[in-house]
Amino acid sequence: MNSPSTELPRSMAIYEQFHHISRWGDGFDSNNTGSSAIVPADVGLKNKAEYISCEQVEPSISDQETNKPTDKIRRRLAQNREAARKSRLRKKAYVQQLESSRLKLAQLEQELERARQQGIYISGASDTGCFGLPGTVNSGITAFEMEYAHWVEEQNRQICELRTALQAHVSDIELRILVESGLNHYCNLFRMKADAAKADVFYLISGIWRTSAERFFHWIGGFRPSEILNVVVLQIEPLTDQQHLEVCNLRQSSQQAEDALSQGVDKLQQSLAEGVASDLCSGNYKAQMVDAIDKLEALENFADHLRQQTLQQMVRILTTRQAARGFLAMGEYFHRLRALSSLWAARPRESG
Amino acid sequence: MHYQVDSWGYHMPARSIGSDPMERVVKLASESAVVIFSLSSCCMCHAVKRLFCGMGVNPTVYELDKDPRGTDMERTLMRLLGNSQAVPVVFIGGKLIGAMDRVMGSHINGTLVPLLKEAGALWL
Repeated sequence: MNSPSTELPRSMAIYEQFHHISRWGDGFDSNNTGSSAIVPADVGLKNKAEYISCEQVEPSISDQETNKPTDKIRRRLAQNREAARKSRLRKKAYVQQLESSRLKLAQLEQELERARQQGIYISGASDTGCFGLPGTVNSGITAFEMEYAHWVEEQNRQICELRTALQAHVSDIELRILVESGLNHYCNLFRMKADAAKADVFYLISGIWRTSAERFFHWIGGFRPSEILNVVVLQIEPLTDQQHLEVCNLRQSSQQAEDALSQGVDKLQQSLAEGVASDLCSGNYKAQMVDAIDKLEALENFADHLRQQTLQQMVRILTTRQAARGFLAMGEYFHRLRALSSLWAARPRESG
Repeated sequence: MHYQVDSWGYHMPARSIGSDPMERVVKLASESAVVIFSLSSCCMCHAVKRLFCGMGVNPTVYELDKDPRGTDMERTLMRLLGNSQAVPVVFIGGKLIGAMDRVMGSHINGTLVPLLKEAGALWL
């Protein structure tokens, strides 16, 4: 049995509660209900003991408050309880939502990391229409991206080797080996591109796999052979008259071949556009699209074939030392374009 | 560039040319300095035609889709090239040069122009 004195503070608190509740607008009932304290039915189990002790409190303490209308108070308390319960339920639902969003976010981050490691070919860049599976990663293209990154690294290494060898005036035999490796390296690239064209020719044609500055000069899936000849010719003087003639012929024939291929692409665009635009009621255009993709793949392969032939002819016309200087010039040219692209990408952006 | 559609019809009746499409191909190929077998809708054929025109050559073009016996000739050419693609095919001076890659390759390595000159299709 608790002594009244120790119980008093707690019971006072309960009386405070009463007091507080009754202040909300209810009039005070002047009728004195006597010494029995008004006890709220279920403020909580833990308060039950206190209620029992409430009865021991002197009725004189807050007699007036105990005479409040019990119904209104009861209703008010009930409403409070209901509001509290609903609030708790809402909070629970909110927390559950947060938890599931957190899980989803973790999943997405994981997927993104995986895709980044595999090489950045995410569904945003691929077709989501009838010719591609939406939201899937094209493994052929992913493989190409990884191989191409390695190819560029190896290319940079070869450029350094060429530069060192030319400065050190090594023998022609050693230079020959370097020139052959350079040529082989490009042949490897064309082979990689042939595989990539089977996976997604539009990807190659778009040039999205190259850097921004390179993309400016993009022609049917890669560099323009005549442009490269122009770069090289400046670096390999002096040329004999015979060489001069042959280089001019090579430049002219590659330009003619480029023009012919460009017109082939134009014709393909025209016939595909006509095919897609007409016959809108029938499903014929799908077959035309498939056919166009095949043709585009063939054109891309021819363009690479032209690049390879031009490089091989260049090596044939030039001496070993000239060819080495030529490959060095080519490599440095592309390296500069890539470096410019990196600088461009890293430029400070205006906010907002 | 001039297109031959019915020229053989004027010279002799169709039957005596022979039902053998290979004979037909060979005969047509030897009639002009530069002969291209093509399909009017094909973009690759268009590229080859433009290449020769760009060089100042005047090739004789046979559009096999406009020819009544074109499909047979296409099949023959496919067998001749060992290719799934029958056209474009180029003959110079009656001799088979080949498909697009062969033509481009020979132009780049400088062997095409002498061939054309030899066949009388190109003058300096």
